[in-house]
Amino acid sequence: MTTGLALIATALLLATAALAVLRAGQPRIHDIVYGASLALMVAILALALVALLSGGESALSLPLGLPWIGARFRIDALSAFFLAILGTGGAFASLYGLGYGRHEAAPERVLPFYPLFLAGMTLVLLADDAFTFLLSWEVMSLASWALVLTQHRVADNRLAGYVYLAMASAGTVALLLAFGLLAGATGTYGFAEIREATPEPFTAALVLLLALAGAGSKAGLVPLHVWLPLAHPAAPSHVSALMSGVMTKVAIYGFLRLVLDLLGQPPWWAALVVLFMGGATAVIGILMALMQRDLKRLLAYSTIENVGVVFVGIGLALAFQASGMAAAAALALTAALFHALNHMLFKSLLFMGAGAVLGATGTADMERLGGLIHRLPVTSVVVLVGAVAISALPPFNGFASEWLLFQAILQSPELGDWGLKVMVPAVGAMLALAAALAAACFVKAYGVTFLGRPRSPAAADAAEVDRWSLAAMAGLAGLCLLAGILPGLVIDALAPVTTALLGQTMPAQRSLAWLTIVPIAESRSSYNGLLVFLFILASGWLTAWAIHRFASRGLRRGPAWGCGFDQPVAAGQYSGASLAQPIQRVLGPLLLRSAETVDMPAPGDLRPARHTLHQEDIFWDRLYAPLAGLVETLAGRLNVLQFLTIRRYLSLVFAALVLLLLALALWN
Amino acid sequence: MELIGGLAVQGAQMALVLLLAPGLTGLVRTFKARLLRRRGPPVLQPYRDFARLLRKEVVLAENASWLFRVAPYLIFAATWVAAALVPTFASGLLFSWTADLIVIVALLASARFFLALAGMDVGTSFGGIGTSREMMISSLAEPAMLLIIFTIALVAGSTRLATITAYLASDEVGLRVSLGLALIALVIVAIAENARVPVDNPATHLELTMVHEAMVLEYSGRHLAMIELAASLKLLLFVALIVSVFLPFGLADAGAGPLAWLQGLALFVVKLVAAAALLALFETSIAKMRVFRVPQFLGAALMLGLLGTLLLFVSRSL
Repeated sequence: MTTGLALIATALLLATAALAVLRAGQPRIHDIVYGASLALMVAILALALVALLSGGESALSLPLGLPWIGARFRIDALSAFFLAILGTGGAFASLYGLGYGRHEAAPERVLPFYPLFLAGMTLVLLADDAFTFLLSWEVMSLASWALVLTQHRVADNRLAGYVYLAMASAGTVALLLAFGLLAGATGTYGFAEIREATPEPFTAALVLLLALAGAGSKAGLVPLHVWLPLAHPAAPSHVSALMSGVMTKVAIYGFLRLVLDLLGQPPWWAALVVLFMGGATAVIGILMALMQRDLKRLLAYSTIENVGVVFVGIGLALAFQASGMAAAAALALTAALFHALNHMLFKSLLFMGAGAVLGATGTADMERLGGLIHRLPVTSVVVLVGAVAISALPPFNGFASEWLLFQAILQSPELGDWGLKVMVPAVGAMLALAAALAAACFVKAYGVTFLGRPRSPAAADAAEVDRWSLAAMAGLAGLCLLAGILPGLVIDALAPVTTALLGQTMPAQRSLAWLTIVPIAESRSSYNGLLVFLFILASGWLTAWAIHRFASRGLRRGPAWGCGFDQPVAAGQYSGASLAQPIQRVLGPLLLRSAETVDMPAPGDLRPARHTLHQEDIFWDRLYAPLAGLVETLAGRLNVLQFLTIRRYLSLVFAALVLLLLALALWN
Repeated sequence: MELIGGLAVQGAQMALVLLLAPGLTGLVRTFKARLLRRRGPPVLQPYRDFARLLRKEVVLAENASWLFRVAPYLIFAATWVAAALVPTFASGLLFSWTADLIVIVALLASARFFLALAGMDVGTSFGGIGTSREMMISSLAEPAMLLIIFTIALVAGSTRLATITAYLASDEVGLRVSLGLALIALVIVAIAENARVPVDNPATHLELTMVHEAMVLEYSGRHLAMIELAASLKLLLFVALIVSVFLPFGLADAGAGPLAWLQGLALFVVKLVAAAALLALFETSIAKMRVFRVPQFLGAALMLGLLGTLLLFVSRSL
């Protein structure tokens, strides 16, 4: 029932895309597209919530696709949860688009692909056979690729589109091979059949690595992340919000579906690999974010960090599951899924905030912004909420999920494996470092953009954005607070998911007094976001009231103290780069290979002194540039094959056939 | 009836930390002055400063925003809530289950987040330099603190302070290598978090050396009073945390009755005086570090915390 309705909603999304093509250039078309997307996403959210809370599964098979399996669709707890993420993120992005999309210079490059992108993501979550899954995955990738190229005249965006296309294709190939291995020689592509079969250990290992490459590259796992900070900021801001907030979650869904659901029992070392990649991704992602000067690129790198955090949770769940500690595994997986939801909420909010800044000032370069808190009074408040939430500070939602993750780490000394015993504390340290650096990163992002004095005339004359955008951002900010002070409700909603994947849930939280959350037992740990929030509010308000009532209320404005220098220039403020410099000096040489050079002219020499900061994404320079060079060299060498005689071609084909037959004979 | 009693004890704890905090700061200052063979201000001077600041008007920089004016109250409220949840004279108070050790540290991080933002609000170089250095210090101090919490939590099997203090006060614990490492690391982190020598100098206003003072340079009047009180509360919080985890003797139980509470209170004050003396001795016997030496100092705490956690992963009895 729910699956059928969700498919109808998807079909309507596709119809909206077709309508956007047919009626391109009409004056009201963007209202229609975003309005329809908003309504359909709300419908999908409602369906997902019904499916998640009622706990029922529903499946449907259409006579499309491969003739012997058809196109199968199913909603179970896992896909229902991710459909809820998609519905929420998609609905708010569409609401934001109602206002933001008005200023689009080339609407015909956005409007058809936007509903198509949403439909692709919905279908990935609904798919119940490998063929439909991969097809939908490609629709999602290509539609988002088209959206990345909205402003195709900017050379950087064309590069971003090219790199994205290459990486997305490589990722899909990895997933294709993974499903091929799972389906085996008989070609059983239905998820139900795959689930029944138990793969050989060697096959399972290969599938795990391929899933990590395929879904991990879409999610942005280091070292497969290089496309993400290029592509996510290049798209229009509400699409950036969707790509960062929702599409990375769809990739995480793909990984969970493959590894925890279809694969059955992953190999024992899977947890080690996933934990290490997650931890490394978190630290490197946030450190790179801290060094950016473009607000949207900073947010994209921070997405990489959060994906790392989610993968740490998944890795812990795998480790606990392999050791037979089902309750701890449920805790770790709940933390990971909760963080995925939270990241959708605050990253969508922050990308929309960046879009508001971009719309109001025309630039996302933080070194040209500043003082926007005076010009954008509402945006500055909601973005502040997002910044606090993403920095994992109580009482907001980012803290609740990271707190659960830390509780899961504290369960891990009971793990039997020695590799895990060494790895888990190290990953815990990485996670803590990433959380602390995230706070530094968002102090920089918010402080340089919204506080201080404007660094350019555009920032000085900015005006508040439209009401649709404000409504979308305010809604997301409200959800960030709500999920932070009522985490127990989210944990309870996640119970069917962990039951389906691990056969165990966290203890029910809803019945606990005062909506406290207690992951294991009350004597071990408990957290009550609601009371913490109320305490802070009450004591802050009480203090302010008492002081204004009984002490001084006097206030006088005066110039800021500048050591006697009475005409401060805006450029004399701390810039984003100078703010990040201490951390860059401490951690940069190790992790970013950054280097500073100071060129100081001799006394009497009139040329200006110059300070150069050099830093690189080491994976780009050390991994991808050589790889691209290798491909180019090989392609050049193989070029001769294009100019052969027909005789030579025939003998080549014959040789290939013989070789393949030989390989097949040896294999069996 | 029980609820009202619990509320009263919790309220007493909130009032107590507020009352004692400036005194602790004053005591450290007096001890430091005496060690330097100066007379120093009286111990009660911070209370007088507080009252004087409250009476004064606020001089606000011209382009200061609402964030600058709200931040002092938020910083104070978050610090106060955190301080009220750390055991001082008694453990296991009415609301002790609302927040465990990780939440208490995160509350301090929230306070710091807003202080750092307030430092950038006016747009002077001083605020920026303070924010920049504070975030560098905190991005090393916070992971170290979390690893210390991991160590303590793995020993006690809980992150709740009430359970931890009860367990560490019992005879089961004995001397543990991991707890020793955690104690050293916690002292280092406490020094860094409270902006004490050698990481920062609470008495300086020299451009190149200040960190905390640079962030709050534009504050005056009642705003400054709130921020100074929050800083004193934070010092008291860390002292209370160290003594309640590592010297939990004499700590009363929440339901033990007034006599035990008074005894716990007297012992707590004695512990505070001893901690103030030790802090003053430490601060006068060491020189302030260059900013870029601080990471090595804090790196030591990080490594000690990691070592303590690793030891416990290897064997629960270490």
